[in-house]
Amino acid sequence: MVAVATAQNVAFWAIAVVMIGAAFNVVTSTNVVRAALSLVVVLAGVAAQYILLAAEFTAVVQVLVYIGAVVVLFLFGIMLTRARIGHESDLDNSNRIPAFVVSFAVFVLLVALLRDAFGHAHINVSAPSTTEQVGDAIFSTYLVPFEVASVLLLAALVGAIVLARRD
Amino acid sequence: MLLNQFLFLAAVLFCTGIYGVLARKNGVLVLMSVELILNAVNLNLVAFGAFNQSVAGQVFALFVIAIAAAEVGVGLAIVLLIYRNRKSVDLTGIDALKG
Repeated sequence: MVAVATAQNVAFWAIAVVMIGAAFNVVTSTNVVRAALSLVVVLAGVAAQYILLAAEFTAVVQVLVYIGAVVVLFLFGIMLTRARIGHESDLDNSNRIPAFVVSFAVFVLLVALLRDAFGHAHINVSAPSTTEQVGDAIFSTYLVPFEVASVLLLAALVGAIVLARRD
Repeated sequence: MLLNQFLFLAAVLFCTGIYGVLARKNGVLVLMSVELILNAVNLNLVAFGAFNQSVAGQVFALFVIAIAAAEVGVGLAIVLLIYRNRKSVDLTGIDALKG
């Protein structure tokens, strides 16, 4: 049990370091395409963390929807707005220092709060949740939100087509 | 595993996303930073779900993923429209409603 916990921690920190580096690259890169590809690394890392948390269905959906669809949409967006495929110097506005101060202040606040609230809370993933349980919950307890979400997706689809078509 | 290690990782992703939203001026890059923020929230939801031995966290994460996909679709359509009207996706130039 201790050995398993150690292996999980090693995997967690290895993935977390890669994710944080890639996330910094998303917001600081001077190359739009490279930022999009770093976003792929972050999203894949999030999927790996879901697997560590024994949420395998959510991990598969994350890979399918985010890496399969959203990132492809981003690459289409980059190409349709004719971004330069290479170094570009003016991707940042003049608010870099205030933005850094704000995000660092939020981070310090969150860390202080989380340390205080969940200092020694352990996650026990000995009983992994199955896809069956997730499906049962969606189609019984959360049926109304699910139907609302499907109508919202339809509205977003129609809205995106209406906005983007040429006429 | 500690619950806090997941929450701290999500906090780092969230704050990186905030920095990106505030400091970037390319519309597509701002949307990418919003995705970082949404993924941080999803990681929190799944971690708390595992902590409470409940599938509710996963179900909410799935809803957030569905709504994020809708958001990206509409958001990129708007960015495309800005590009078509102004020949650039520079968000600092869009101040027609500024008082």
